Amino acid sequence: MAEIRTGVSGDPLDLAGLVASFHQGRTDIGAVVTFTGLCRDEDGRLDALELEHYPGMAEAEINRIAHLAAERWPVTDLSVIHRHGRVAPGEPIVLVIAASKHRHAAFEAAEFVMDFLKTHAPFWKKEHARDGTATGWVAARDADDEAEARWDSNS
Amino acid sequence: MKLLYFAWVRERIGRADETIELPAGVETVADLIGWLKARGDGYELALAEPDAIRVALDREHALHDASLDGIREVALFPPMTGG
Repeated sequence: MAEIRTGVSGDPLDLAGLVASFHQGRTDIGAVVTFTGLCRDEDGRLDALELEHYPGMAEAEINRIAHLAAERWPVTDLSVIHRHGRVAPGEPIVLVIAASKHRHAAFEAAEFVMDFLKTHAPFWKKEHARDGTATGWVAARDADDEAEARWDSNS
Repeated sequence: MKLLYFAWVRERIGRADETIELPAGVETVADLIGWLKARGDGYELALAEPDAIRVALDREHALHDASLDGIREVALFPPMTGG
């Protein structure tokens, strides 16, 4: 069974530290895939994103999704960490690290986690504009539902 | 029963949570949304389009036809935009 670590953090994610510690001293891993979702500034318009979450359910849902991925692909390790609170452009919002003996399992597990996280993990983004005006909730995208649905047709 | 609201559902209703006694005849999520809509302008505004509302029962995703029997915590929120 894969080693699964998941979490929700109000503090900036230590990308380099997490990745470095991931396969330190390990000789059974052949592939590590990392995905980092970053806050964009939307062509300079955005001052920050505020990420609201449902405490308790957000952690549980991320954990559930990670376990689904680990059941489906032979990953040895899977970490999923998601930010909440105020995130500045350039800062990470979400980090997925998947390790496996061979690369395909790690690639696909990481992508599966992101597609399900987008549509199932209870987080909501609110934009704060640089000029202090026009703040609003980010709308969900149909493309995210379609990205999730393709994992059904592939199975 | 505890009700939780998130994102623009929370803002429009004007509160993050409340505790209610479930009235007789309110058996499903759809019933609850219909009943809440009649509680004031904020609720009406937040829940005007029930299809846009996602729901979790005791912290698990559920559909609008799900039963509220035995449920302690209901959360209403817009489609999620994390990641």
